[in-house]
Amino acid sequence: MLLAMIILAVFFLMPIIWSFANSFKPAAEALAHPVALFSKAFSLENYRRLENVGAGWYVYATNSVLIALGTIAFTVAVAVPAGYGFSKFRFPGQTLIFVLVMATMMIPFQSILTPLFLILKFLHLQNSLLGLVLIYTTFQLPFSIFMMRNAFDAIPKALVEAARIDGASQWTLVRRILMPLALPGVATVVMFAFLNSWNEFLAALIFLSDQNKFTLPIMLVNVSSGIYGIIDWGALQAGISLTMIPCIVMFLALQRYYVRGLTAGAVK
Amino acid sequence: MFLKRALQKRRQAGSDEPHGWLGLAFIAPSMVFIIGLFIIPLVMTVWMSFFRWPLLGRRKFIGLENYAELLGDSQLWQSFGFTLLYTVLVTTAIMAVALPLALLVDRPLRSVGFFRTVFFMPVVIGFGAASTLWLWLLNPDSGVFARLLTGLGLVDQAPRPLESFWPALAVIILMVVWKTAGFTMVILLTGLQSIPNDVIEAARIDGASPFSRFRRITLPLMRNSVLLALILNVTSSMLAFDQFFIITQGGPNNSTISAVFTIYLASFSSYRLGYGSALSFALLVVLVAISSIQLSFMRQRPEDGR
Repeated sequence: MLLAMIILAVFFLMPIIWSFANSFKPAAEALAHPVALFSKAFSLENYRRLENVGAGWYVYATNSVLIALGTIAFTVAVAVPAGYGFSKFRFPGQTLIFVLVMATMMIPFQSILTPLFLILKFLHLQNSLLGLVLIYTTFQLPFSIFMMRNAFDAIPKALVEAARIDGASQWTLVRRILMPLALPGVATVVMFAFLNSWNEFLAALIFLSDQNKFTLPIMLVNVSSGIYGIIDWGALQAGISLTMIPCIVMFLALQRYYVRGLTAGAVK
Repeated sequence: MFLKRALQKRRQAGSDEPHGWLGLAFIAPSMVFIIGLFIIPLVMTVWMSFFRWPLLGRRKFIGLENYAELLGDSQLWQSFGFTLLYTVLVTTAIMAVALPLALLVDRPLRSVGFFRTVFFMPVVIGFGAASTLWLWLLNPDSGVFARLLTGLGLVDQAPRPLESFWPALAVIILMVVWKTAGFTMVILLTGLQSIPNDVIEAARIDGASPFSRFRRITLPLMRNSVLLALILNVTSSMLAFDQFFIITQGGPNNSTISAVFTIYLASFSSYRLGYGSALSFALLVVLVAISSIQLSFMRQRPEDGR
């Protein structure tokens, strides 16, 4: 059993490790026979060549970071109050509205891309990072609101009442009791907002048209389609590594929250 | 001053009470997003599908003409058919890998956590990066697979899988299984772990073999998580785009153009926004139909069947 697991682990890990290791190989060694996993010489020339791709990799990396941070900020700022509102208040039409929010999860954004394109044009947000952030936020919301509602639901009423009786103000209540207890939920929301906005491909491909607005996944396509039909495989390895390493690091750091979110979102 | 303070106090006291128009204020921002960038576009999709709607120039109401064209569009039928074929094959392959994986990592060993993490790792990489990564792995000149095969003397010529249909499809399926099996594994693992231990223990004492324990007890009890994994995989496969755009680029001979790829080409390559909307709506109907059939299976409890 252990042997089977080790063989499978190699299959799952190898492509990632191989690409990462290859990104530091000098060009001469990359094509050498037989295939070597680790390089004899450590070289950053692949990363350096990535600066000549379009606007340069750091522009694309910056765009990706800005989009991820923007999506995280909007999603948290909108979903946390919404989760609180759905959890701790009763108002007319609440169930209906909640069902409507959840329905967003059932209908994929791929099926409304064409009108989204027109709406962004109308808002003068086409070919802008902000436009993309707004779209990513919208499709991040149902899961995030669901997550935050559950997080606030899990806080017992008695705890809130006890704090009240002890004379806590609303602000103290939120800051000292509600937020700390809802924080794992927020971590889950942040993690999913990051991964989904960082990795999103189709909307970024459609809505961004200027070289200097592209994100990392779009840069990869540009590299892999090659200049004059010739693909710079070394630079591609470097680009792939830049794109995937942040996801892996984030996942390893927040693994617990990821699995929690996965099961909560799924079991719904 | 006094009144203001009194009102403030009341608001503070009342905000957690079950009468809350304030609650509406808390959810209002989310409504702005969902109405503006989800509900309105959704309605627009249907509306636009009745128009000839170029990016530039005048749009014209043409009734059901887009739908009539859609029915006779052989490229569309081919791409929808291909998407269904891909969905069936890839979902089967993912389940066939993920179920053994889940059983493998469902044991109280210390090292099991490490393996779960490793099997799950490719899930967090985006489809864009994963597709370009496999494009390199499979490249006949610089890719690892080709050089390993020729290096070991297994083949004389490096294989060029992307040049014909079935090898290209097989390659895509292999990549997607690698990328997403860990996700399905976690869903199935949740199902496995919700089965009470004493049920299986009781069967063991009654002398049931491991295989019949799995078939008669484990599998029926994890039915809902199997169905859930199926729904999620079917839905995402029906929407596949990135891997075909990046790895096969729709080829060879347009044989691997998926449904979303067709919508992309109609709306954003030919700029026929009305026709693109009709295609989107058709895909949406198919998706909702498939999901609701699967959901209705899920609603039936396993006990009802017997």
